[in-house]
Amino acid sequence: MTTKRALDKKSKAQAAKIAPVEKLPKQAKTGAMKFEYAPSLESTDIVRIEKRNRLFIGGKFIEPSSEAYFTSMNPATGERLADIAEAGDADVDLAVRTARKTYENVWSKMSGRERGRYLFRIARLIQERSRELAVLETLDNGKPIRESRDVDVPLVAAHFFYHAGWADKLNYAFPGQNVSPLGVVGQIIPWNFPLLMAAWKIAPALACGNTVVLKPAETTSLSALLLAQVFQDAGLPDGVVNIVTGAGATGAALVNHPDVDKIAFTGSTDVGKIIARAVAGTKKRLTLELGGKSAHIIFEDAALDQALEGVINGIYFNQGHVCCAGSRLLLEESIAEEFVAKLKKRVAKLRVGNPLDKNTDIGAINSAGELKKIKKLIQLGKDEGGEFFEPTCAIPDKGFYQRPCFFSNVSSSFTLSRVEIFGPVLAVSTFRTSQEAVLKANDTPYGLAAGIWSEKGAKIHKVAGQLKAGVIWANTYNKFDPSAPFGGYNESGWGREGGRHGLSAYLDVR
Amino acid sequence: MRSVSMTDKAGRTLALLVPPVDEVGATERAEFFTKRSIKKESKIHALYLAISMCDLTTLEGADTPGRVRQMCEKARHPVPPDVFQSVAGQKNLPPIPSVAAVCVYPSMVSTAVKALAGSAINVASVATAFPSGQAPLKVKLDDTRFAVSEGANEIDMVINRGAFLSGDYQLVFDEIAATKEACGEAHLKVILETGELGSLDRVRLASEIAMRAGADFIKTSTGKIQPAATLPVTLVMLQAIQDFYMKTGKKIGMKPAGGIRTAKQAIQYLCMVNETMGSDWLTPDLFRFGASAMVNDILKQIFKEATGRYYYDRVFSLD
Amino acid sequence: MAIEKNLHVPKTIKLFINGEFPRTESGRHISLYEHGSQKVFAHVCRASRKDLRNAVAASLAARGEWEKRSAYNRAQILYRMAEMAEGHREEMVSLLTKINAASAGDANQSVDAAIEAFVYYAGFADKFSQVSGCVNPVSGPHHAFTTPEPVGCVAAIFDDNIESILALPIVAATLASVIASGNVVTALLPSNVSAQLAPLAEIFATSDLPKGVVNLLTGHQSELLDHLASHMEVQSICYVGSDRTTQEKLKTLGAENMKRVICFAPDANPTSLDRLAGFVEFKTVWHPIGH
Repeated sequence: MTTKRALDKKSKAQAAKIAPVEKLPKQAKTGAMKFEYAPSLESTDIVRIEKRNRLFIGGKFIEPSSEAYFTSMNPATGERLADIAEAGDADVDLAVRTARKTYENVWSKMSGRERGRYLFRIARLIQERSRELAVLETLDNGKPIRESRDVDVPLVAAHFFYHAGWADKLNYAFPGQNVSPLGVVGQIIPWNFPLLMAAWKIAPALACGNTVVLKPAETTSLSALLLAQVFQDAGLPDGVVNIVTGAGATGAALVNHPDVDKIAFTGSTDVGKIIARAVAGTKKRLTLELGGKSAHIIFEDAALDQALEGVINGIYFNQGHVCCAGSRLLLEESIAEEFVAKLKKRVAKLRVGNPLDKNTDIGAINSAGELKKIKKLIQLGKDEGGEFFEPTCAIPDKGFYQRPCFFSNVSSSFTLSRVEIFGPVLAVSTFRTSQEAVLKANDTPYGLAAGIWSEKGAKIHKVAGQLKAGVIWANTYNKFDPSAPFGGYNESGWGREGGRHGLSAYLDVR
Repeated sequence: MRSVSMTDKAGRTLALLVPPVDEVGATERAEFFTKRSIKKESKIHALYLAISMCDLTTLEGADTPGRVRQMCEKARHPVPPDVFQSVAGQKNLPPIPSVAAVCVYPSMVSTAVKALAGSAINVASVATAFPSGQAPLKVKLDDTRFAVSEGANEIDMVINRGAFLSGDYQLVFDEIAATKEACGEAHLKVILETGELGSLDRVRLASEIAMRAGADFIKTSTGKIQPAATLPVTLVMLQAIQDFYMKTGKKIGMKPAGGIRTAKQAIQYLCMVNETMGSDWLTPDLFRFGASAMVNDILKQIFKEATGRYYYDRVFSLD
Repeated sequence: MAIEKNLHVPKTIKLFINGEFPRTESGRHISLYEHGSQKVFAHVCRASRKDLRNAVAASLAARGEWEKRSAYNRAQILYRMAEMAEGHREEMVSLLTKINAASAGDANQSVDAAIEAFVYYAGFADKFSQVSGCVNPVSGPHHAFTTPEPVGCVAAIFDDNIESILALPIVAATLASVIASGNVVTALLPSNVSAQLAPLAEIFATSDLPKGVVNLLTGHQSELLDHLASHMEVQSICYVGSDRTTQEKLKTLGAENMKRVICFAPDANPTSLDRLAGFVEFKTVWHPIGH
């Protein structure tokens, strides 16, 4: 295995003279070995999935009055995972009335200290059931188990833990002003981070003293229903959180219900606009976390190897199903060629496959529909003349998969630069000066996030100040924390989630 | 990008463009490799590979020919073949390979050369007033030449950290270049002693200087200073090697040394090499571990895979 | 020969766009009468859609520079407005007494409140980001801080029915609060009080405020409101009034580019943090902490 030494063992002196080691040839003679990673599958034994999953209203799992169910698939295999109740208008009405009654009779009468105790208990139970939650999330959503285990679920627990402590300290959040809860909050969340978005919504709402009717996305309802079990186990009073599963019609019923005081929505900008118009004539409060087309700017003085990882994490994390994905890469021209070469090498190393494999970097696209949309946009990018790169790695034959890919030599006028693809597709273009970088970065109706890479502090601060985006990651990307406000400028949404600023979305501050 | 300019022996100016390193990002990336889950046949494969990449090392004031001979035996046969056969026979595991090299002080080189006669194992000698490097250049070069003349075919030198930290990069470069010349045909591993450099930026700069000056390998540490090899330091050195290869087409080897004690760590490093450099570097010709204690832990893991039992050192010797 | 006593020079109240006082390009006007009489007191320009477009364009052009000004500099300019308002006190009092038949006491109080608003926001311009921003104790080796930034180009729309005596302080406070954080604004003034508000334009024009930061339009809301609310370059609407239909319309039209529509009742406290907080975006910046 090792280099054979051509050493004449008989004579030391001679040995020194006659080249003890052959000059190592370019092709090492022992032969470099390919290092394949055997499948390392996370066991699914820990999760029990009900065949039929009912609505969670008033602390109990109940049949939908509509008696309708729809199928939820495992996107990794395309196979049926479970049936989910489809809440109709009457079910949504029951959920809202239950939430109202609970708000009036129980939750609003409870002290902040007591509310906080429940949230702390929930946080702990999530930590204790973390593996189960992670596996279920991966089964239902298709995201790699490494991410659900190391990112989603820990953040879910952290969100409950962080907000638990606010419940009895709200008067310190807005000094000099009076705060009171809003009442019944309707929350509609997307499929890309099903559990995490539920936590982002529920934790602050409860800490602030509201009761909740939550509608998960129709393709990813299961982890929210498992969270409901956690609430039961934590002894959270019945009716504080109610979960109505279903598709767009269920969401619309919630948005339009007259007894809802506030709507919080995370999802596409198109739907956000529909909701904004729907509540325009009402007294309902509204916060929105919508789409993005975030720019990732790499200056020539950046730590390029770390920037490369930032770019990879920025666009390929969670299959690119991330509202703040760094989907537009802007490279300073002087390093563009070198960086694209590095990017190609790196992208080729990403491991696409079974999300339950602990070594999978890129899992399954959440649904056939999303995959179709992504494929269509990739084709459009090719038609528009972008230079396409996609590695040749194998992907499973069943299920919904897209290899990580990127387009270089992209113009700002390409569709690729303008529309949110919501998949592992990166658009790469170049700039010459920091002014031009800022101009290009801001050249979008969105304004959720942006990344800057430079080792020059003054430049970082200047550019960060000029970018019209709610979250700026400088020399890092896709970092989340319950204490750090998150949310967008312009068409990326209204309001912030997380931190002290996120509380104001669930309080009347006077 | 930092630019440092060197003048080589022929009087040519070499401009070294050294990209900055973000410590948090590098650490985050390095830690990613601790999350890889290497199981079953790929684990066995990695463990065998790791043994074959080991430089078994003894660098003590108390080293004696007897001690060195014993270590050389361990290098040839990390497990006595019969013992391994009796345990792993049914599993049809291939024989345990010998290690890549033994690493000793110059005065022990001849002992090691004799002890390893007939084997494929290289003899590496530390030189250049190891571990401090605080000696006149002449002494360092004599040290090197002596080790080579005794039969060492690999030289592990230390860089002049005093010169490096005071900004005299030219001196660091010249000493490496001179040592390379003194090595003749012996392979030169250049120890940066990263634990004394203070930042990953400097690790990157020192790597550049060493490669430009003629290193065949760059190596993290002497093992005498903490921290020794770490994943982030190794990652940054690998990235320097990668960039150097992209620019020059020359493949430089990497040797993390010190602080690597377990099979688990070995696999983490191998995943890092695999995903940062590609499989070209997964050979003892281009990657080594300076990690003596690791061998037994790897053996225990192999025995575990073979038998299903958690094993102890006593079955293969504590050497 | 002495000019007849009643033969005064009726003032034409012009628009205030890009630091200048143009007539409306449409050549239209609205007549204002003295209280309880048919006597024309002044003509006000009846702004057109094109005037509106020009006003928004002027504010956009001013945005970059105003945003970049230090908070201290914005504070100085706002305080200068208070000084200039003091200089215009007699004029404003006489307008209120003449057109609205307000008592001198009430009129003076109204002017006092307007001046107080300028002073209040002058004092807040360089403090509100400390009050509303923060450093976030994130878990991990990162420094993360959150600061308010101006939302951008704001449309201020005042209900036509705002009580005349209240209009002066409300408009002064609203505009001062919006620009204090670095926003630029195009305002649609209540048409029945346009004359009384005319001195405000002169105050803005003479307070070292860069041109275009504040633009004032007079005219018929029915003609202009839809165009302002649907203008894609406008990021936010500040509506002062209590008409629910107008609110719904603004929100519906504004949804196309996700405008932030912030409504204040006319009797809401004109001097408070709310007024500033409504027109900022919070930006969270992360940076690693390493060597």
